[in-house]
Amino acid sequence: MSETFRIAIVGSGPSGLSAAAHAAAKGISHVLLEKTDHLSDTIYRYQKGKHVMATPAQLVLRSDCDFAAGKREAVLEQWNADARKAGVNVLYNAEAKAITGAKGDFSIALTNGDVIKAETIILAIGTQGNPNLMRCDGASLPHVQYSLDDPAAFIDEHIFVFGGGDAGIENALGLAADQAQANVVTLVNRSADFARAKEANVKALMQARDNGRITILAETTPSLIEAGWVTVDTPQGSARHKCDRIIARMGSSPPRKFVEAAGIAFTSDAPSAFPHLSATFETTTPGIYVIGALAGYPLIKHCMNQGHDVVEYIDGRTDLKPADEPILEAKLAGLPGRMSVSEWLEYLRSRVEILYGLSALQMREFLLDSDVRAFRAGETIFERNMIGSSLFGIAQGSVRVEIDPKNPSNTVPIGAGSIFGEVGLISGRRRGATIRAGEDCIVVEIPRTAALKLMAQVAEARETVNRITTERQILQIFKSGLAPSDLEEVLAGAQVMEVRPGQAIIKEGELGDDLYIIRSGSMIVEKAVGGKQVFMSYVPAGSYSGEMAMIDGGPRTATVKAAIRSQVVRLPADPFRKLLARKPDLDAKMRGDMAARRQVNAFVEDQKDSFDGVVDMYSSVASFLIDQGIGEATDVLLIDESLCVGCDNCEKACADSHEGLSRLNREAGKTYAKIHVPTSCRHCEHPYCMTDCPPNAIQRGPDGEVFISDACIGCGNCQRNCPYDVIQMDKPPPEKPGLLSWMLFGKGPGPGEPDKAWREKQPKPAVEKGKVAIKCDMCIGKAGGPACVRACPTGAAIRVSPEDFLSVALLDRGAN
Amino acid sequence: MARSATVSQRRRSSTHESFLRHKGFLFLKVAVFVCVAAVAAYFFQHARPRPGGGTPLGYFLGTVGAGLIVWLALLGVRKRAVSSGHYSLKAWVSAHVYLGLSLIVIATLHTGFQFGWNVHTLAYGLMLLVIASGAIGVWAYVALPARLSENRGETTRKQMLAQIQSLDELIHEAAQGFPRDTAAIVRISLEQTDIGGGFWRRLFEDYRDCANLRALREIEAAQRTAGAHEAKALGEVAVLMRRKGDALGLARRQMHITALLEAWLFVHVPATFALLAALTVHIVSVFAYW
Ligand SMILES: Cc1cc2nc3c(=O)[nH]c(=O)nc-3n(C[C@H](O)[C@H](O)[C@H](O)COP(=O)(O)OP(=O)(O)OC[C@H]3O[C@@H](n4cnc5c(N)ncnc54)[C@H](O)[C@@H]3O)c2cc1C
Ligand code: HEM
Ligand code: HEM
Ligand code: SF4
Ligand code: SF4
Ligand code: SF4
Repeated sequence: MSETFRIAIVGSGPSGLSAAAHAAAKGISHVLLEKTDHLSDTIYRYQKGKHVMATPAQLVLRSDCDFAAGKREAVLEQWNADARKAGVNVLYNAEAKAITGAKGDFSIALTNGDVIKAETIILAIGTQGNPNLMRCDGASLPHVQYSLDDPAAFIDEHIFVFGGGDAGIENALGLAADQAQANVVTLVNRSADFARAKEANVKALMQARDNGRITILAETTPSLIEAGWVTVDTPQGSARHKCDRIIARMGSSPPRKFVEAAGIAFTSDAPSAFPHLSATFETTTPGIYVIGALAGYPLIKHCMNQGHDVVEYIDGRTDLKPADEPILEAKLAGLPGRMSVSEWLEYLRSRVEILYGLSALQMREFLLDSDVRAFRAGETIFERNMIGSSLFGIAQGSVRVEIDPKNPSNTVPIGAGSIFGEVGLISGRRRGATIRAGEDCIVVEIPRTAALKLMAQVAEARETVNRITTERQILQIFKSGLAPSDLEEVLAGAQVMEVRPGQAIIKEGELGDDLYIIRSGSMIVEKAVGGKQVFMSYVPAGSYSGEMAMIDGGPRTATVKAAIRSQVVRLPADPFRKLLARKPDLDAKMRGDMAARRQVNAFVEDQKDSFDGVVDMYSSVASFLIDQGIGEATDVLLIDESLCVGCDNCEKACADSHEGLSRLNREAGKTYAKIHVPTSCRHCEHPYCMTDCPPNAIQRGPDGEVFISDACIGCGNCQRNCPYDVIQMDKPPPEKPGLLSWMLFGKGPGPGEPDKAWREKQPKPAVEKGKVAIKCDMCIGKAGGPACVRACPTGAAIRVSPEDFLSVALLDRGAN
Repeated sequence: MARSATVSQRRRSSTHESFLRHKGFLFLKVAVFVCVAAVAAYFFQHARPRPGGGTPLGYFLGTVGAGLIVWLALLGVRKRAVSSGHYSLKAWVSAHVYLGLSLIVIATLHTGFQFGWNVHTLAYGLMLLVIASGAIGVWAYVALPARLSENRGETTRKQMLAQIQSLDELIHEAAQGFPRDTAAIVRISLEQTDIGGGFWRRLFEDYRDCANLRALREIEAAQRTAGAHEAKALGEVAVLMRRKGDALGLARRQMHITALLEAWLFVHVPATFALLAALTVHIVSVFAYW
């Protein structure tokens, strides 16, 4: 192939396909390289019949391919037709392996040995990456596959599944589920346990093993694959098994290496970082453009628009306004100053310190997620104790922080260029102080996810936020009229430390007098009493520990260890003692705190002497709850099984107040000493579910509730990411007849989640809705609070925050 | 400590207190106060010709009593109408129990101890029946949850059923190739086993005629007369049937305790409806005979 294409597009997902279609429409010479034998592999691999969503709704579609919400099959069919009609030049089974050359003369080497020549390249390979390949001899045989579309398709086969993650386990379970298929399924895991997989999956797997459905080979690796056979190395030695099919689910590696090998720089080393891009999607290697999920835009509509736009840019129309322009215009409407969108972007970028490192394109994306707001002097921006996790940057003017809630006139200013609101960002907790505009000001409000993304992408932003955070958090904790200048000396020796769960930062009996600030996560305090470790107290983020030895000297009186993965700041004792000497208020406050803590310890120890059993119970219940991950919860549903009569009114109330689906599974979950932790969202301090939500639909509400908005596209990422298995994918059932007509005339299924049979009998709605993520929203917006708790007749169901519950109040429980 | 309490208008955290202890026995105190006041009024009144429903105090206590009964009966609605405002079913139940008990005093004083074979006394009797069954319910609510929890451990009802189902599949598999007569026995276990059965069965946990048990006995008998090879195959099925028996036992005990927790409601609720009817007749009739 000697032709040099004007544009070579790598990857035929929504972004690449849209680019190719536009190039074809404009008559530009192009080629679309796709490594599989079909278009748009990511969407091709969605579950059968998945409802694909077209968000954000307000964004217009600008592409030569059509796209509307609908079933996966319909979307793919549409695109296939569009590609044909536009005359897109596709090369299937063409996986790009390496890119060499420079603008005007690139060579793309394919894995099949061919070389494609092109003047410019558009990389649209998404972020799915490549599955990790089997490496032993025979790995390229045709019966080795890396995905499983339909477990029902195989009958009477000996199948080996490699990989002990969720994907491998789910595949193995799927293959073994229907006995009539008569498959002999073996799951091979490299390590001894299934630490990476979800508990529910592991449980189901163990049950399948106990029932003889699946054989598990642990600590086993493949050594040879032959037609009809596989040889594996087990701890007992090598073994050869009959095997008709191998399904390898050993994770995937992101495409970053391939991209970097083409000379393209990424914004940082963080795994979540994206390539450095100009406003026209050009990378640091001129002539190579990156669009779509790989550019940081995971929504299909964005991808498609970018495909269109990038071809325009390459064709020389650099003045083209991106399709999100109207959204940004609307966002910036109402603000003083009458600037254009690009003027605003530059204005903010050049004024707010943490935005200095952003490119124009990043700025655009950043502003799509963020808000710009203007405040008049004296207006409140947020109030103390409000829940909010967004970060604010001041573009113009200044704000005043009310550091003393009793005396609103005691304020500290924060000036233009700086940030505020960072404490909620770090620990997900309530606002610590009220902040008002000091003079007329303009601020950007950056939601937590956008702020975290920013920190991952831009090293300067990360450092700035970390520095300011540490300083402010310390000021916040100690209050007592401290100013930033008082802390200079203390902070000079400060050290930020990551602590693993269970790792001790302070050990009882050891010498040491440094002070620790818990920046995120939480700690538990334990003390050896009568030869046993007894739980003393729980120290949440935003608190400190280690003051006793610092103030009074002597060895440590208790052990402080992390309940969950935490971050602490160690402050050296000497400068701090000097600070105490200078600040009698602070000294008095800390001595007060210390006395209160001593009292708690003494009380527990005292009880231990007289009521050994009670304290053991208290201590073991606390440890149980910590083991259940309560340390990272902000609000957790517990059921006291000595009171629960099993009426399931809690579940029914939840279903009836949430479109007929219960967000809580009362019976599932662990129990200890009659305290049961049901499967229901704990509203984690750092919600795992939020980490990878394409439309950013998971948010924190005003009371700390983690909830999923209507923007959910049903991708299932949050379900996979939540370690507590509390998210389900479902669509709301049809509306039930009202309570009265059920009570009086027996109409409908009655209170609670309607059963399947009833659901199926109802007429199908005109517009079918897709499955979306469903989880507890702590009954957000309901004045009475959580319905599950309100509906429990006996008081068995309670919602608690860990710091309130893991207190000596728990001792009373053992006592009565 | 370092963090302050919630400031939102929404009620979030909940106190860890049972319905009987709700708010430090608030409704017990209210009920006792109401009873003491009623008794005092009863003895200080100068009823002519004698105390009873027709006196001013009688009318007053009767009205209070009837109002209470209607309110108590509305618990059935409150329990199921999940509205979004402030309410706590626990508080309702707490008040229900203590104020319900206070009816014994209120209604009795209302009658002036004049009982006879009439609809008035029928209403009174039904009321006592409702109250007595309610008292049994309170006992059940206090005594049984611990057993419910101990029995199931961390197994859910769904898992119990799934366990039985997967044992069925294994039994089915193990019995492949059995001769016709033993296969028929296995089918008894597979097809006729009733996990729960009717309410009475659950209440008395009476499963002596359990199909799985019957099949197991027969398999065991067949095992004794079978040849070595066949006996081994039968033995495998017998082991599975015993496991199924255990799984059934667990599920049935769970249903048994649940049935005990509900049994009293089968008196409490129908008697409530009868009471409301009788009370209506009582009230209508006293005004009709005026
Ligand atoms: C389960 C799931 C559900 C989702 N649901 C929705 C939804 O409802 N709505 C929504 O808007 N978004 C949804 N998303 C997100 C959306 O699918 C992706 O972000 C989007 O597909 C990204 O498009 P892309 O063009 O950038 O890359 P992709 O769609 O990932 O396409 C990349 C293509 O490049 C090919 N390729 C990769 N490497 C090479 C190579 N080296 N050489 C040649 N070809 C290569 C791949 O085979 C693939 O076909 C969902 C995501 C998932 C995982
Ligand atoms: C609005 C409520 C009520 C009114 C107006 C009312 C009225 C009366 C009156 C007027 C009498 C006297 C009848 C007579 O002397 O012949 C009476 C008696 C009586 N009432 Fe009520 N009553 C009320 C509620 C109740 C309740 C709640 C109960 C108990 C469940 C009850 C049980 C009785 C009994 C047992 C008698 C005695 C009957 C008798 O005299 O033979 N009443 N009531
Ligand atoms: C005449 C008086 C009473 C009436 C009319 C009455 C009526 C009712 C009704 C209608 C219910 C709802 C049942 C359901 O829908 O599940 C109920 C529940 C209940 N009642 Fe009563 N009741 C009375 C007195 C009492 C008394 C005196 C007690 C206790 C000593 C009591 C204890 C209970 C309990 C424990 C419940 C269950 C609550 C729940 O699980 O939600 N009741 N009652
Ligand atoms: S869904 Fe899971 S990860 Fe998210 S807040 Fe709830 S418990 Fe935490
Ligand atoms: S708080 Fe509300 S949404 Fe959450 S489990 Fe309870 S009833 Fe359901
Ligand atoms: S409502 Fe209360 S008593 Fe009923 S099942 Fe739920 S926790 Fe148990």
